[in-house]
Amino acid sequence: MGIETSNKEITNSIRENAKKLLSEDQVDVIIGYSQGTVPLSSTPIIIRKEEDVDKLIWNNLCYINLARYLAPLMPQLCDSERKPLRIGIVAKGCVARAVNVLAAEKQVDLNKIKMIGFNCNGIINRSKIDQEIGEKEMLDVAISGDDIIVKGRDWEKKFPYNQYINELCKVCQVKMPSATETSCVGECQELDSIHDEFSDITDFESKSADEKWAYIKDLLQVCTLCYSCRQACPVCYCNLCFVDQNKPIWFGKTTEYQDIFTFHLVRAQHLAGRCVACGACSSVCPVGIDLNFITRKLEKIVKNRFDYTSGLNAETVPPMMDFKMNDAQEFMLEED
Amino acid sequence: MTETVLEEKKVDEKWEPKIIAFLCNWCSYAGADLAGVSRIQYPPNIRIVRVPCSGRVNPYFIIKSLTDGWDGVVISGCHPGDCHYISGNLVARRRFAILKELLEFFGIEPGRVNFMWASAAEGERFAVLIRKATKIVKQLGPNTKFQKEWC
Repeated sequence: MGIETSNKEITNSIRENAKKLLSEDQVDVIIGYSQGTVPLSSTPIIIRKEEDVDKLIWNNLCYINLARYLAPLMPQLCDSERKPLRIGIVAKGCVARAVNVLAAEKQVDLNKIKMIGFNCNGIINRSKIDQEIGEKEMLDVAISGDDIIVKGRDWEKKFPYNQYINELCKVCQVKMPSATETSCVGECQELDSIHDEFSDITDFESKSADEKWAYIKDLLQVCTLCYSCRQACPVCYCNLCFVDQNKPIWFGKTTEYQDIFTFHLVRAQHLAGRCVACGACSSVCPVGIDLNFITRKLEKIVKNRFDYTSGLNAETVPPMMDFKMNDAQEFMLEED
Repeated sequence: MTETVLEEKKVDEKWEPKIIAFLCNWCSYAGADLAGVSRIQYPPNIRIVRVPCSGRVNPYFIIKSLTDGWDGVVISGCHPGDCHYISGNLVARRRFAILKELLEFFGIEPGRVNFMWASAAEGERFAVLIRKATKIVKQLGPNTKFQKEWC
């Protein structure tokens, strides 16, 4: 079955379920994806009426994690008394994981959320395609069969889908929402744990400190500290981010690599045990930094140390909110 | 140019590291005090910052210390189970575990950041561990990677 047909099927099932939820008055609003205005993009859309469900789509450019709009709750998702409405959310696996993380951190009420689940078929790596096309102007992107076809004024280029899919999607184990029937319509499954290999970063770990430093410096030095990664992240919901605090002013505002490193280190630390591996941060990065490289490592640390995978359910206490008397402490300095 | 400076500094045997130490008020700070009043010698390379609990130490303190030019960081708190605030050090331990692995992943020598437990009665242990930490940082040499140039 080609990607094109599977996209159509997913779109149909999303529309069907959305229509059902709205007509049975199970939800007040539905957040979903709609066609973007420029090539290689999609736009989030909020619909309230049954006749609007045809605006909902699914294609492999829906990289935005819709859980981003749940905490802090967008004004559009509240009623006139600022109470949260009942929300339906089009949920690929990682959106549902983010909703679960937010629920575990008591940021959202799962009783008020209905996920519209489906079996996600992966997201295209935009920056990789952007790089190959270079400065030529893109006018249209379409998927036919198993190929991504990018068209310009007088040129056309084909990209095989399974090569230009996000690295994260290649190793993704949670393709459909990990949720119960009560909070999810459409496809869903209940997962207790997943088997993740992390073979992609083991090679890097065996390098020497200087090699690692050189690689990371090369990776991050183009960062302009635009904070797009923070804005796109579904679990970054602090009222005041540490980089914005100015009493006292914590964070250096230069684009020297020390400040860039500080930002990425502290961001990573804040995402430990919370990152849901949706890849939204690297998809939105305007300079194409592969931030997944860092978040994959984080996932690995948390998996190895605390045997935890974020967002599989809303009940397990996240590792950074918890502690045990006998946690491993082999890194502590001890007398000889 | 920086590399030649680094080489010169490494062979310079007179070079002494500067280490910032975040000590918890209830155990390690008192432990350091005990080491002092018991006249136990430990290296004068550390500069102590008193914090209420090792759980107070934000990972950002540690990273900031490195960018501000400290050669090493020491964080010391009460032994697990002895925390004055019951669980502050246990929460901190999880945080430090992740920070330490992250720093290593970023290519910053993990030896620059040292975590230890020392109670108020362990002046001797405190001195021994500080000696050890100083030795580790001294072997690593000056913190030139992460330091801002104006430092």
